[in-house]
Amino acid sequence: MAQLEGLGRFFQENKQRLQDALAQDLQKSPFELDMSEIILCQNEVDLALKNLQVWMKDTPASTNLLTKLDCAFTRKEPFGLVLIIGPWNYPVNLTLMPLVGAIAAGNCVILKPSEISKETEKVLAEVLPQYLDQSCFATVLGGPEETQKLLEHKFDYIFFTGSPRVGKIVMAAAAKHLTPVTLELGGKNPCYVDDNCDPQIVANRLALFRYFNTGQTCVAPDYVLCSPEMQEQLVPALQNAITRFYGDDPQHSPALGRIISQKHFKRLQGLLSCGRVAIGGQSDENNLYIAPTVLVDVQETEKVMQEVFGPILLLMTVRSLDEAIDFINRREKPLALYAFSNNSQVVNQVLDRTSSGNFGGNNGFMYMALPSLPFGGVGKSGMGRYHGKFSFDTFSNHCACLLSPSGLEKLTEIRYLPYSSKAQQLLRWAMSSHSCTLL
Amino acid sequence: MDAFEDSVQRLRVAFSSGQTRPASFRLAQLEGLGRFLRENKQRLQDALAQDLQKSVFESEVSEIAISQGEVDLALRNLQAWMKDQKVSKNLATQLDSAFIRKEPFGLVLIIAPWNYPLNLTLVPLVGAIAAGNCVVLKPSEISKSIEKILAEVLPCYLDQSCFAVALGGPEETAQLLEHRFDYIFFTGSPRVGKIVMAAAAKHLTPVTLELGGKNPCYVDDNCDPQIVANRLAWFRYFNTGQTCVAPDYVLCSPEMQEQLVPALQNAITRFYGDDPQHSPALGRIISQKHFKRLQGLLSCGRVAIGGQSDENNLYIAPTVLVDVQETEPVMQEEIFGPILPLMTVRSLDEAIDFINRREKPLALYAFSNNSQVVKQVLDRTSSGGFCGNDGFMHMTLPSLPFGGVGASGMGNYHGKFSFDTFSHHRACLLRNPGMEKINDFRYPPYSPRNLRVLLMAMEERSYSCTLL
Repeated sequence: MAQLEGLGRFFQENKQRLQDALAQDLQKSPFELDMSEIILCQNEVDLALKNLQVWMKDTPASTNLLTKLDCAFTRKEPFGLVLIIGPWNYPVNLTLMPLVGAIAAGNCVILKPSEISKETEKVLAEVLPQYLDQSCFATVLGGPEETQKLLEHKFDYIFFTGSPRVGKIVMAAAAKHLTPVTLELGGKNPCYVDDNCDPQIVANRLALFRYFNTGQTCVAPDYVLCSPEMQEQLVPALQNAITRFYGDDPQHSPALGRIISQKHFKRLQGLLSCGRVAIGGQSDENNLYIAPTVLVDVQETEKVMQEVFGPILLLMTVRSLDEAIDFINRREKPLALYAFSNNSQVVNQVLDRTSSGNFGGNNGFMYMALPSLPFGGVGKSGMGRYHGKFSFDTFSNHCACLLSPSGLEKLTEIRYLPYSSKAQQLLRWAMSSHSCTLL
Repeated sequence: MDAFEDSVQRLRVAFSSGQTRPASFRLAQLEGLGRFLRENKQRLQDALAQDLQKSVFESEVSEIAISQGEVDLALRNLQAWMKDQKVSKNLATQLDSAFIRKEPFGLVLIIAPWNYPLNLTLVPLVGAIAAGNCVVLKPSEISKSIEKILAEVLPCYLDQSCFAVALGGPEETAQLLEHRFDYIFFTGSPRVGKIVMAAAAKHLTPVTLELGGKNPCYVDDNCDPQIVANRLAWFRYFNTGQTCVAPDYVLCSPEMQEQLVPALQNAITRFYGDDPQHSPALGRIISQKHFKRLQGLLSCGRVAIGGQSDENNLYIAPTVLVDVQETEPVMQEEIFGPILPLMTVRSLDEAIDFINRREKPLALYAFSNNSQVVKQVLDRTSSGGFCGNDGFMHMTLPSLPFGGVGASGMGNYHGKFSFDTFSHHRACLLRNPGMEKINDFRYPPYSPRNLRVLLMAMEERSYSCTLL
């Protein structure tokens, strides 16, 4: 509790400092930072503080006849030493949310924040430790080489957020020590837009969730699948939304952020030549600015069909819902999947016939704000999950416990040798899990 | 192209077709599994007797009945398990539908060991099928008779477009592991567990590893030595000691050891008679290789009980060793045989330190009339499972998750835990397509007022709200 309270104070007392760091790293607006970084973390801390005692309780299990007089329960124990590797896109949230779970579960933690979001890394390395007991917590700094070295050590749990490519490296390193892992990775998140919808409402939602954090969000809608007719309506609607959100000159809107680094800027700039630019397309190397962009006429083979991770939304046309679903299922399972339709049957069809880490119907990634939902990927988009109680459970070993009374030997005698068929029958019956009134 | 390419492809195509999704399909498969067990009981008992010289009692109790129990549990509960799980909402999502949907992963690989070749193959299979997956089963080539039945008879009871058995030794298994699976469930040694996880890492395939270790057993002075000896002996020599959760070594005071040895002798004589080699209740070691390994351990410490062996029929007598050093082989590797070393400690603290200096085991046992002592051992150590005053009974309860921690494994299963292990838990939030006005306040340009409203709506407290 004390550690969690320390974390809470860290947020309260350093809000300005964190806002400044995030503004420097990603040019995040105060609104975005509050919403997606600080508040979400604060809520997790509060949730853990409120529920810790309950979460820590042994969970009773039902007994069968053989074990009726025993006490059966699952005990949650810390794993021991946990390593959390955080990414640069939500450098506070994606480093500290897992930290809440690891601490709540009673582990000691080594934090490895991303070296790419330099200012936030600084705050996490210099300020955060002062709020925690430093005998149980450490921050490790460095780039890929140092991380590689760190991974040679034995940890009792590794929590990694980042790309699938590095996820494989982390899991392979974990395998050497039989260390369990949670990997929060990424992918291309499809978004099916049905003909039966209000294009402006859909465009508003698409634009919000695509351009939030300048598109550098693992769960952002990556590409849209819709009919050619819907596409014709979506493009102007998206333009409306973009103008409404960012004004006529997005480069000077305080609401729009910047790309994290030169390397990613160049990567995204390269994608701007795919298909045809329907909206935006401008870029400015001097301040790593990419305009909120919409591309159409994109071929499945173009390089823009890797995870975009930037303010570029692709529209691709399909002739039917079936074609859209086939397209989606031919590809790797994404972290998030979206479907927009006034017809709930359509939304349910997309849900039923595809697989993804998470699913949003008629909305973007609002589910991230609900700690009662587990957040995690599947297939190439990851394994394991967290948020709220799921974090506590993820960072705990679930030990199955059975406490028997020490005497009562007569009862247990039936299982001893030499074996008789009567004993066998009795034992078999007693093991099937029914509640019994005899005892 | 290797021998498995065809099967893997075939199963993938079947999974994509959606065949395994409906409850009716899964129930039919589970019923098939149940019939397989019922209609082949004699054949299975014979095979287990051939492979491990398992008595009919042991086969019934630890292989057939347990598997049958899991099938029945799944049949009874499948519909409930498959239901979407609703979750609590905050104000911002009050009007939405929020739930967790359990989905199959797709193609599951189950690699099984030889010691409980039926149980440790079929119980995971029940979970994988119940969760809607297609399955490739790789039974152990060491328990040959059971392997034969699983390869030739079992498929007749299942839909073979969604199920396949892969055969072979370490080389073939390595080849199999190069293929991409959506989940891998492995039961075996930590050494091979690392190989499996490394192979899984190449495809980012999640795994459950049920491994092993040395399971400590603390025996307090405050107990009835005969009762403890009965329990120790039963759980140690069951299946000729070839059990991943069997008590591996005992920690007790020198005084308790003096009482335990004769008590253990009583128990062994009672269970197996004066000539255990001819008792129908005692099994045999699985192979020459393991027999030799165990024979080697008999020279560690000092033999207090037993110690005989007979290479001609892979027989090792129920044995108790004393005066064992921590550095000797019998304390360095998992015994997995009918040998129980007793080690003396001077206090509970010393026992706990000893245990905590070593890898986390799959199971941990503590015997004492004083429940505080049992609780202390539980509180101050870590393991996959724990039992106070008894042996591995916790395995018979499907309401308890069965799995390891640290070097003894990761993940768990049995009962509903199996279904959950073989399912992806997909978070779903379905919103009404309209009601745009309410959403307006989250759009840019951003204002402090909008932020306040949004933050309030996101708070965890579940409101029953009369405004809407």
